[in-house]
Amino acid sequence: MENKAKMLSIKVVAETLNVSQKTIRRHINSGKINSVKLGGVHRISESELKRFMAGEVVDSNANKDSGFPLSNKVPSGPLENKWSKHKGNINLVSPANKRNIDIIVVGTGLAGASASATLAELGYNVKSFCFQDSPRRAHSIAAQGGINAAKNYQGDGDSNYRLFYDTIKGGDYRSREANVYRLAEVSANIIDQCVAQGVPFARDYGGLLDNRSFGGVLVSRTFYAKGQTGQQLLLGAYSALNRQINRGKVDMYSRHEMMELVVVKGKARGIITRNLVNGKIERHGAHAVVIASGGYGNVFYLSTNAMGSNVTAGWKIYKKGAFFANPCYTQIHPTCIPVSGEHQSKLTLMSESLRNDGRIWVPKKLEDADKIRKNQMKPTEITEENRDYYLERRYPAFGNLVPRDVASRAAKERCDAGYGVNKTGQAVYLDFSSAIIRYGKEKATSTGQDTNNIDLIKKLGKEIIKAKYGNLFQMYEKIADENPYETPMKIFPAVHYTMGGVWVDYNLMTSIPGCFAIGEANFSDHGANRLGASALMQGLADGYFVLPYTIGDYLANDIKTGSISIESKEFVEAENAVNNFIEKITKNKSGNSVDYYHRKLGKIMWDKCGMSRNQKGLKEAIKEIKELRKDFHNNVFVPGFSNGYNEELAKAGRVADFLELGELFAIDALSREESCGGHFREEHQTKEGEALRNDKDYTYASCWEFMGEQNHPKLNKEHLNFEFIELKSRSYK
Amino acid sequence: MDLQLKIWRQKNKLNKGEIKNYSIKNIEPDMSFLEMLDILNQGLISSGEEPVAFDHDCREGICGACSLVINGAPHGPDKGTTTCQLHMRRFNDGDTIYIEPFRGNSFPVIKDLVVDRSAFDRIQQAGGYVSVNTSGNTVDANATPIPKPDADKAFEAAACIGCGACVAACKNSSAMLFVGAKVSQYAHLPQGKVEAKERVTNMVKQMDKEGFGNCTNTGACEAHCPKEISVENIANLNREYLLSKIK
Ligand SMILES: Cc1cc2nc3c(=O)[nH]c(=O)nc-3n(C[C@H](O)[C@H](O)[C@H](O)COP(=O)(O)OP(=O)(O)OC[C@H]3O[C@@H](n4cnc5c(N)ncnc54)[C@H](O)[C@@H]3O)c2cc1C
Ligand code: SF4
Ligand code: FES
Repeated sequence: MENKAKMLSIKVVAETLNVSQKTIRRHINSGKINSVKLGGVHRISESELKRFMAGEVVDSNANKDSGFPLSNKVPSGPLENKWSKHKGNINLVSPANKRNIDIIVVGTGLAGASASATLAELGYNVKSFCFQDSPRRAHSIAAQGGINAAKNYQGDGDSNYRLFYDTIKGGDYRSREANVYRLAEVSANIIDQCVAQGVPFARDYGGLLDNRSFGGVLVSRTFYAKGQTGQQLLLGAYSALNRQINRGKVDMYSRHEMMELVVVKGKARGIITRNLVNGKIERHGAHAVVIASGGYGNVFYLSTNAMGSNVTAGWKIYKKGAFFANPCYTQIHPTCIPVSGEHQSKLTLMSESLRNDGRIWVPKKLEDADKIRKNQMKPTEITEENRDYYLERRYPAFGNLVPRDVASRAAKERCDAGYGVNKTGQAVYLDFSSAIIRYGKEKATSTGQDTNNIDLIKKLGKEIIKAKYGNLFQMYEKIADENPYETPMKIFPAVHYTMGGVWVDYNLMTSIPGCFAIGEANFSDHGANRLGASALMQGLADGYFVLPYTIGDYLANDIKTGSISIESKEFVEAENAVNNFIEKITKNKSGNSVDYYHRKLGKIMWDKCGMSRNQKGLKEAIKEIKELRKDFHNNVFVPGFSNGYNEELAKAGRVADFLELGELFAIDALSREESCGGHFREEHQTKEGEALRNDKDYTYASCWEFMGEQNHPKLNKEHLNFEFIELKSRSYK
Repeated sequence: MDLQLKIWRQKNKLNKGEIKNYSIKNIEPDMSFLEMLDILNQGLISSGEEPVAFDHDCREGICGACSLVINGAPHGPDKGTTTCQLHMRRFNDGDTIYIEPFRGNSFPVIKDLVVDRSAFDRIQQAGGYVSVNTSGNTVDANATPIPKPDADKAFEAAACIGCGACVAACKNSSAMLFVGAKVSQYAHLPQGKVEAKERVTNMVKQMDKEGFGNCTNTGACEAHCPKEISVENIANLNREYLLSKIK
């Protein structure tokens, strides 16, 4: 790292940290800050200051010798005690001081809305931002299936440890143990909190909360509200946010896009935004900036994310010094509605919960598949023995409920082998006929009706399926124009979630002091693959129960700062950078549209960085993305004006960032010579085509550091220390 | 199929808008309505013109952003469907389609088909919540069983996506269905009871302040609501409001 480090005086350090010189001397005496004596006076190296600002407190950290420049701040001690011990040890900000501290939160999804509301309840002054016209429309609204919590209401042996273990295993042993355990630990509280807010979860006839199962686990721990769990949870968080807006503790800025982070003396001190209605570029100052901007799956153009989902906030902070971790870990969800044509603008998920009752299959015989594709045969005409329920065949223990990465690859394998069932050959069946009969028989038996009347049984069964998944079936029918109660759904994998994201420590702080990242925007809890119903859990855990406490550890050093001036040169420079970008990107009077480039980028990503990757393809992708980016900056045409509503301009900014992220994504995938979770390298697989992990060389998070536009980013490795779980090869057989 | 489009164009809030004509060719039945507009916009951009602005995000019927009046009907001809869920197979070759923004006094046009619905947020801020802090010490979620029928009713009301079609459909631009849905959700749940009185009073006060009209029971709101929120919720709202006045 910095060998020829600059040496700073106590005075400079005190100024930077905004504390008295006496405090610094105290820290030196107690060993909290290391100094050297040069000419009889204490001098502190810049890297030491950086380390101190990042708040190193750890002793159980293997990274000390591995060259990782930062501390992950994981407390030592037994797994179950880490979080309570940490909460007990970290610095607090008194209620009176909280009133003098401003926090910016970018994003109003589950993570951002819950964080804003809770920070405001605690007494901080919060400014919240979202690009939609209302905070309630953040993309979390679209989550369907459910949210996990280790409540063990079903008495099926669930526990914090089991949820922790499932998540680590599901993530293919590429996440940080302590973070995941904390997630499991606070999960039960989330459900209590949401119920107290009036979130109408599904209930059983006794009036108690109902659960369902999701992939990769053997217990029922998923809470849900029909197929609209994300909507109900987000509306709960939105209501908590509204309460604080009404109290005057949150200022809400809808239709505002964060365009830049402002860093003053090494600390995040504000953001530059563009008002999407009138085009005004605005400066906002604060003592801390929280990024809760969601995932970047739209780098693939086609994904299940909303049209506006983007990486801009995360990318801007990366370019200001925040590490970006594991960008190539992407979740391709197995059950989405297949692409129907060139015009396709986005893909629609069919919730994983459907795999509780739906069975996945393709025809056993190639000639049947061929006939189906040519519309000469119907799936209902294929008899049981001529169907290949390939997940049940390959993974008898988990069957249709294997984790997502496994299910997606298995679908691709069958389609590549020629068994696909729609005109493009890129689809498999998800069939509810067995479930309809099973439920129908149960109902007929329990209500004393004729169990031999097949029409009655089907009718009763369909009613039960409708009660469980009605809105999903309706959604499917509207898009695909087929009735899934009568004929199996056609589904295919699609980009859905990004496990990678901004690197954060145990306090959820990025490598820029004062800049935090929560929710899907960070990299922290899901390793190389996320289990279903765990993103909602993580978003709310971060926002309600983790960040509001850990942020105090940082802000406790900031109580004397006073309000942040937005007149400093750093704000002016950041604003100029935004204006320059806008001026450049709008200069062409004709050319290709933003979508033209976005689609092209998406195709490169899907073909070469998608469900399976290899060295050759990744190298090509890097080259092609570079060329496409150059073309974009020379030839993109953004019509209209920058001083008013202009969606093309907003999109141009987002696509410009995707064109940079895409390259880092491919670089990351290339550097990871193993297959793990959502990252499948063709060079690394078993004879049976299962992923082959390399724990010896790759048990680390790849934390990329921006080194300037012209330079290759630097790879920092945070070694993942497995103290409590033994690394095993993942098996769902 | 080939279509004639008659689309409302308006530069900004202050300018007067007008209907403009466009023709569009080779539209496939499998396309969504918004994908048809995407194609129109790509065409406009390549001829150097400004694309038609419209709100959209999730494109799967849940975020409530999309908001077009299609041939006079908010969210178009299909029942229980948002604009983004409408597909072109619903139209025929040679059709003329009128596309306008959701209108209402309290929904000023921002540009073309994009309107400002922040009045809805302000109504929710006035009282659409339960005053419970995030302490981590709330009672266990199963401590208070809620009868399934009540929970289901609360859920049905909570399914509102805040799109504003009910206002756009109503000749009085009334927001009663939207407000009624939120008030009913809480009215069906024990958690909502404590603040029931203040909630309904404050939300109705804000609704009036925003300039939404009165309800004259035409039922147009329910008919055009993409989530088929029942007018029963308006009756609930009236009942809750009355109760708040007498108790
Ligand atoms: C279709 C679908 C279904 C899903 N179903 C489930 C499920 O059943 N269970 C589960 O656990 N997970 C599910 N997920 C995943 C889960 O929904 C997301 O991971 C999670 O909701 C993300 O929440 P978030 O708060 O991090 O971000 P988001 O909800 O995406 O919010 C991002 C916020 O950031 C704002 N923003 C972004 N960029 C900027 C910018 N530059 N300037 C200003 N504001 C900005 C946006 O306006 C928005 O408010 C699903 C995901 C999808 C796509
Ligand atoms: S009640 Fe229906 S129409 Fe009105 S805002 Fe809610 S979902 Fe939209
Ligand atoms: S775009 Fe989200 S509901 Fe239509």
